[in-house]
Amino acid sequence: MSLHFELVTPARLVRSEEVHMVVVPGTDGEFGVLEGHAPFMSTVKDGSIKVYKSAGSAPEEIKVQGGFAEVGANGLTVLAEHVEG
Amino acid sequence: MASLKELKGRINSVKSTQKITKAKQMVAAAKLRKAQAAAEAARPYASRLAEVMGSLAAKVAGQDNGPLLMRGTGSDQRHLLVVVNTDKGLCGGLNSNLVKEAKLQARALEAAGKTVTFYLVGKKGRAPIRRDYPNGIAAGYDTSNVRTPGFDEAAAIARELIAMFEAGKFDVAHLVAPVFKNALTQQPVTTQIIPVPAPTSTVAVDSVVEYEPGEEEILEELLPRYVTTQLFGALLEREASEQGASMTAMDNATRNAGELINKLTIQYNRSRQAAITTELIEIIAGAEAL
Repeated sequence: MSLHFELVTPARLVRSEEVHMVVVPGTDGEFGVLEGHAPFMSTVKDGSIKVYKSAGSAPEEIKVQGGFAEVGANGLTVLAEHVEG
Repeated sequence: MASLKELKGRINSVKSTQKITKAKQMVAAAKLRKAQAAAEAARPYASRLAEVMGSLAAKVAGQDNGPLLMRGTGSDQRHLLVVVNTDKGLCGGLNSNLVKEAKLQARALEAAGKTVTFYLVGKKGRAPIRRDYPNGIAAGYDTSNVRTPGFDEAAAIARELIAMFEAGKFDVAHLVAPVFKNALTQQPVTTQIIPVPAPTSTVAVDSVVEYEPGEEEILEELLPRYVTTQLFGALLEREASEQGASMTAMDNATRNAGELINKLTIQYNRSRQAAITTELIEIIAGAEAL
């Protein structure tokens, strides 16, 4: 049970890994994505993405600025304009 | 025949030129690797964005009230050519090829009765385009004060272009930029960027996708970003092309300089030998006369 998570910026592919859950700061509110999420697309506001490597583990935060999140059959893809760190 | 001293001077001057071209070639080779890596690293974003665009545009296509960037102004009278040139020379025929392609497009459009203006990125295209179209240059963007133009520069260019488009300064914008194939070939390619061309291959969407906020709002945000990505890609390709072309040109220059040095050295040795021989003959003739 894992979700394929990709974080891409114009400069590079930042992350491409299997995780448990990702919480994304959407423009209309935060949303969490688990494996098997329905197809979904949202714009992302400036904030931090929380990546949960496994159930119950402490989240890893990645600050992003502007972009899109897309959930499809092959997992979650976040296209961000800037990623900190 | 040139004197010995003159020949020596020429040999030295060609030698120092060769040193410069050799250094530039090595610098270009090192930079090329970096530029190529950067261009490759940017590909995932561009391809993903194109995918998202494709699936979204397929839904909104055919509606008359789509975003302005997608449906255009309704006419195609005024064309803007965005020409991406390099800032520095010493890169062979790259810039002249780009300018040639831009002028070719401009003439084709003018032959069809359209008006053409230019938007120039990079320094090297300005002079040759101004020569043919003294009043045709609408604006430009200077990338010479940053070491490696990145996404911020692309975003600035895109903002300016979109502002010009929304102000009604042009109807269609084309991007003329080099495409890096390898160190030997860089081809200038023209693509339409505004209005954003509808994707040719519509992705079959089999599942119902939820959109937040709405499809059109997302598309409206996506389109400027798509233009930016196109420009960013062009800047990266330009960087790689510049270094590739520079490497090839400088390699040729170094080799030519080497050939020239060999030729001059032979000439130098011959005239030195001739001078010695004449001197000897003179001495012998003088001795015999006694």
